[in-house]
Amino acid sequence: MADEALFQFLHNEVIQYVYKSAENGEMENGRCITRLENMGFRVGQGLIERFTKDTARFKDELDIMKFICKDFWTSVFKKQIDNLRTNHQGIYVLQDNKFRLLNQLSAGKQYLEHAPKYLAFSCGLVRGGLSNLGVKSIVTAEVSVMPACKFQVMIQK
Amino acid sequence: MTCLCFLCVSRDYDELSSIMAVCIAVIAKENYPLYIRSVPTQNELKFHYTVHTSLDVVEEKISSVGKALADQRELYLGLLYPTEDYKVYGYVTNSKVKFVIVVDSSNTSLRDNEIRSMFRKLHNSFTDVMCNPFYIPGDPIQSKAFDSMVSAMMVQAC
Repeated sequence: MADEALFQFLHNEVIQYVYKSAENGEMENGRCITRLENMGFRVGQGLIERFTKDTARFKDELDIMKFICKDFWTSVFKKQIDNLRTNHQGIYVLQDNKFRLLNQLSAGKQYLEHAPKYLAFSCGLVRGGLSNLGVKSIVTAEVSVMPACKFQVMIQK
Repeated sequence: MTCLCFLCVSRDYDELSSIMAVCIAVIAKENYPLYIRSVPTQNELKFHYTVHTSLDVVEEKISSVGKALADQRELYLGLLYPTEDYKVYGYVTNSKVKFVIVVDSSNTSLRDNEIRSMFRKLHNSFTDVMCNPFYIPGDPIQSKAFDSMVSAMMVQAC
């Protein structure tokens, strides 16, 4: 479907744009990830407002995380999270075995070092969504084998 | 609830006959107003009081959700409290933004269903505001589209 590709193209271009403007000296290099993350944050805030418009009020934190893993992920990344784990003390690990934004990159080790910039926006997306639902958090991502990745959500009490 | 006795003020009913809501407010999750508008003919401060006092009832209703069963998990909270002149209705989004609509008690044509659809419209419009990239979340709402939608709710097209 064409509309599925649009988000990926735009996302790729956003990354290109941010890194190009860093090269041209308009911005510090280390700030690129932060900038992408902040863009994601604002988008996440808006998206969650739209997605939760017709859902019942959430019972608790776990209920919110389930919503992120199912409905939110399906709407943005066209699939559900494959595995959600929690220690019941505010840490959640969301595992996606075939993450949509990494799927187009070669599955080997070749582009592994570029993976963080393709995940920053999504981390912000999750953090923004959670923050609008009243859950303050820190979201980090890690990749060990290419299209699979893990998002770690640390809830700030 | 004692402060409600301020609100009982006599009014001219004739000029209000075509009005649906007399006051519409959007309250941020930290309980400060994002948007509040009332019919211009009346004392605006009075409505600020009414909306302000209603927030306690909203808080009570949301916090009782844990104890009550699943049927209480709807976003629409229903009638918060009636006063002599007004009925105050509430709605809370999942992001804990509150909508409060004050209608005239004399307006008997407004049923629960109509109120519900007013909140729905309000929520849709608020979502559009939130998704506007030029809007900074937490700022007062200045959107013209939102404004005109509220105006339409306050004066019924006859």
